[in-house]
Amino acid sequence: MKRAAAVLSLLLLVLVVVRSGRARAETPPQTRQAPPPVAGETLEVPPPPFSDGIYPCNTCHDSLKPNPTRRVLEFHDEIQLKHDEQHRWCLDCHDAVNRDVLHLASGQKLSFDESYMLCGQCHGEKLRDWRAGVHGRRTGQWNGHKTYLLCVHCHSPHQPHFKPLAPKPAPKPPMRPIR
Amino acid sequence: METDEVPEGKLPKGVTRREFASIAAAAAAGWLTTACGNRRLHEIPKDKLRSAVARMEAEYAAQYGRAVRVSDTGPMDDVVFAYALDISRCVGCRRCVHACVEENNQSRDPEVQWIRVLSMDKEKGVDFKDANPYYAPETVPEEGHFYVPTACQHCRNAPCTKVCPTGATWTEKDGIVVIDYDWCIGCRYCMAACPYGARHFNWGKPTLPAEQVNTNMHVLGNRPRQQGVVEKCTFCIQRVREGRYPACVEVCPVGARKFGNLLDPKSEIRYIIENKRVLLLKPELNTMPKFFYFYGT
Repeated sequence: MKRAAAVLSLLLLVLVVVRSGRARAETPPQTRQAPPPVAGETLEVPPPPFSDGIYPCNTCHDSLKPNPTRRVLEFHDEIQLKHDEQHRWCLDCHDAVNRDVLHLASGQKLSFDESYMLCGQCHGEKLRDWRAGVHGRRTGQWNGHKTYLLCVHCHSPHQPHFKPLAPKPAPKPPMRPIR
Repeated sequence: METDEVPEGKLPKGVTRREFASIAAAAAAGWLTTACGNRRLHEIPKDKLRSAVARMEAEYAAQYGRAVRVSDTGPMDDVVFAYALDISRCVGCRRCVHACVEENNQSRDPEVQWIRVLSMDKEKGVDFKDANPYYAPETVPEEGHFYVPTACQHCRNAPCTKVCPTGATWTEKDGIVVIDYDWCIGCRYCMAACPYGARHFNWGKPTLPAEQVNTNMHVLGNRPRQQGVVEKCTFCIQRVREGRYPACVEVCPVGARKFGNLLDPKSEIRYIIENKRVLLLKPELNTMPKFFYFYGT
């Protein structure tokens, strides 16, 4: 593990040097480490529900130049943004420099594990209820260890409206005596 | 009524000494039989209860061919259970209904379900007159409808426990209203007394396929029932007395179901009561339910 990490950091260093050498000094030197926790709390959440093979994003995005203009995407065309799409765009939440992280409105970087902080920027009252255990499903012990779900486990961040479900079978109506 | 009254110390006319003695002897014999026979589960001393439970375990293990655990865990100190349900979130998918059946060993045929999800018209509000439990669209929620799942409300002032002629149902110290199936005589007074339709009667012999038996049982909860007894929601007593959430809470895909200790100021239930718009079903009946409905939005 240590060896792999060392190789990775060396690679990153080389990458940074090469990039800055290409006169791209306007982008700050990037780090590939997870950003420090923002929320200042330890909530146990399952890993975010990434589509298969999509993460880490930098596998592809490292070789792509960030394009901040709003446009119809050529890749990721399965994503239909229906989440205040008049005013929102990918890079409002995804970090342009390091695609493996998100960022808050303040610019502070945020790991996908803490994405609830990002949602809570607009949906503050939902975040408050979620922390209290009132919004969203909770499993575990009522008097002890509880497991939370991230917002994105139930609400797709790109189309947050809860999808309709097929109901389980209805009860049988009571039988009446046949006259 | 006054004519029926007997002056003190005098027998009514027409009763001979012999008749009186026979009746008195019969009453004494009846009382003795009751007092010496099986006791209700809340009256049995702890060691006797343990051996009774061991007998049940052996009986069910033989019946279903599987190892069965019947718990007799009692209530915890400083705990009163309460439930809250977010009717602004419930989509009426009935996952809870079927998870409850699997968890609590209800009869599969004839069908017994402890939770009943009522579809209501948004224009009419919470209105039992026009509520429909038999809705079956392709997908839920349906346009213009909202859903009110009902089950036992675990009333603090429970009408059902007052009418039971044999004392087969009572409220435990932690607020769970329970039934002793061995004392239930199937008179169904409690069903008539319950304003929420929460109690269900085993009209037929309950069928429970051996492979579907939940082997984690509680003596006051999901142990298999016999024909002719009443049953109802126990907040999953076999789970909650061990600190777990009820099955319906864990299965709800929208997280509308909340459960906790009413006496713990930091519990979800207390947060809901203090911060949300909460309503009770039929509050005018003064049943004082421990099942709260709220609007999470």
